[in-house]
Amino acid sequence: MRLELVKRPQQSTLFSAISPLIALCLTLVVGAIVFALLGENPFEALYYYFVDPLRELWSLHELAIKAAPLIIIAVGLSVCYLSNNWNIGAEGQFIMGGIFGSMLPVLFPTFQGPLVLPLMLLMGLIGGAAYAAIPAILKTRFNTNEILTSLMLVYVAQFFLDWLVRGPWRNPEGNNFPETRRFHPDAVLPELFPADGRANLGIVFAIVAAIVVWLLVSRTLKGFEVRVLGASPRAGRFAGFGTTKMVFFAFMLSGALAGLAGISEVSGAIGQLRPTISPGYGFAAIIVAFLGRLNPLGIIAAGFVLALTYLGGEAAQISIGVSDKVARVFQGMLLFFVLGCDTLIHYRIRLVRAAPKADAAVVAKAAEPATEGA
Amino acid sequence: MGMAESILLTIATAATPLLIAAIGELVVERSGVLNLGVEGMMVMGAVCGFVAAALTGSPWLGVLCGILAGALFSLPFAFLTLNIATNQVATGLSLTLLGLGLSSMIGESFVGSPGVRLPNLFIPGLTELPLVGRLLFGQDPIFYLSILLVIAVTWFLFKTRTGLTLRSVGDNHASAHALGIPVIGYRYGAVLFGGACAGLAGAQLSLVYTPQWVENMTAGRGWIALALVVFASWRPLRVLAGAYLFGAVTIGQLHAQALGLGIPSQLLSSLPYLATIVVLVLISRNRRLTMINTPASLGRAFVPDR
Repeated sequence: MRLELVKRPQQSTLFSAISPLIALCLTLVVGAIVFALLGENPFEALYYYFVDPLRELWSLHELAIKAAPLIIIAVGLSVCYLSNNWNIGAEGQFIMGGIFGSMLPVLFPTFQGPLVLPLMLLMGLIGGAAYAAIPAILKTRFNTNEILTSLMLVYVAQFFLDWLVRGPWRNPEGNNFPETRRFHPDAVLPELFPADGRANLGIVFAIVAAIVVWLLVSRTLKGFEVRVLGASPRAGRFAGFGTTKMVFFAFMLSGALAGLAGISEVSGAIGQLRPTISPGYGFAAIIVAFLGRLNPLGIIAAGFVLALTYLGGEAAQISIGVSDKVARVFQGMLLFFVLGCDTLIHYRIRLVRAAPKADAAVVAKAAEPATEGA
Repeated sequence: MGMAESILLTIATAATPLLIAAIGELVVERSGVLNLGVEGMMVMGAVCGFVAAALTGSPWLGVLCGILAGALFSLPFAFLTLNIATNQVATGLSLTLLGLGLSSMIGESFVGSPGVRLPNLFIPGLTELPLVGRLLFGQDPIFYLSILLVIAVTWFLFKTRTGLTLRSVGDNHASAHALGIPVIGYRYGAVLFGGACAGLAGAQLSLVYTPQWVENMTAGRGWIALALVVFASWRPLRVLAGAYLFGAVTIGQLHAQALGLGIPSQLLSSLPYLATIVVLVLISRNRRLTMINTPASLGRAFVPDR
């Protein structure tokens, strides 16, 4: 018995819509099995994981705080992946955005006023874009694999941040703790409804970024270019679209957004720079991008789902004592299932009973002299 | 034991995991599959190897479990990319993400517990030879295995018929399929071998290099191994050279940190990653050379037309 893929004449609209949902259900089923293996009541565990965090207002605010960076980064990554540029170093661009944006409140704490925050956000955008330009330059100038270079730069960014907060940028009044001075109030991203919870402007940036990129990809020539060059670089070249320019566009757009997410996180949720400013948002955003089927509007929903896995991990650890490490297992599984289910969009999967044996033998025999000659 | 000798020994220990993981990935890529999950399979090998050794007290069982874990963990990747033709880049990435998560969950209660180190070889007479004794006859068994692997893979790829067929599958899967070669079968074999190698490399980390379990202890070595394959233009002997070069960089920066030259330790720690980028740039500058060497079907999904 074996699997056989039969190409559909057209993409299946049904599966385009429901494949992420199937993937989610499969993840929940496997998750229940994992919890059962860990000796927990699977239904109780799933409840604490995926429902409990949604029951209270403050907790919904936390959800928005976690979803914001995921959505902002993933929206940028979707443009990268649609145009077939594999930027997997968003984590590094996130960190660089955080560092660049923090320059003002850390180095010039006396510079205050309403201008500070917009400048910080701008610097964050620039920092992320500049850092993402490195793999783009290396790819276009030297033909270097962007997957590996963008990933290596994540480690470099992490070490750079570590050096800054332990060395030159350490808080002079901070008892030698490895962190910068706390940002002054003008440099902190304002909260939306301070009475109810901590959610800040970050989630607004996320929604706006998603809508703008959605318009860009689906309604403009540039967006058409992105999709053509991604689906068929050859066709793109015939149409006169520049591959080199597209590499820079995709990388710097996604880098800028990752940088914006970085400075929003630092200035909003944290309020200072620390050796670690991200629980892996840059990598989880890759999952968000695929779960949202590389569609910015889908990514908004996907961002909340992934944010829920982070929150659920914390909630489940407190309430039933399951390790919060489970969250990352869920995230990894989810991407697996999403990719698997996406096959259903382009192919029908058939189970074939036995291989036509005689047939195969004849072909193999006919092939023999040819392989010997090779 | 002299200073130079001990430095050479540590370089070999640092290079071995890179070498083993890269050799495995080289076979995978020669069959036309790009598995970006090396880091994930490696970290699974590390945690399973460590846990098995800690529970049974036998580092040998640990090594075996590491290999098995790596191979088993490559199966979901093989199924998705080979049977249902998913995107190899994304699927490999998800293997890495899942591996990092799963390993930190499995190893959580083993953080800080004492490790078991795989004993070094000791041959009376030979190991005690001056200068070369420890280097040639006194290292851990995985070191010897890594050298054997290089020789065996070179021989397999370039001197056997099966190796030739594997390369043909990687260079043109459509033609190979038309000739009746079971493309997917070959690729399954290659991916499993790559997984086993990555698992062994991980077990070397947690049973020889630093005999303990630390979360994310592979620290990007799986990715460096991937870069090594490109650097070596898909040739086993060059992987050997590259791995030792990186081993030397790693150990060199550690010694520089110990000397305290006033260079920030973070800059020194990031040297292996920066070196990877530099090396990749140097090797891929020559577009023609890269194109000739790269397996032509690398990374492309294969769906038999019937």
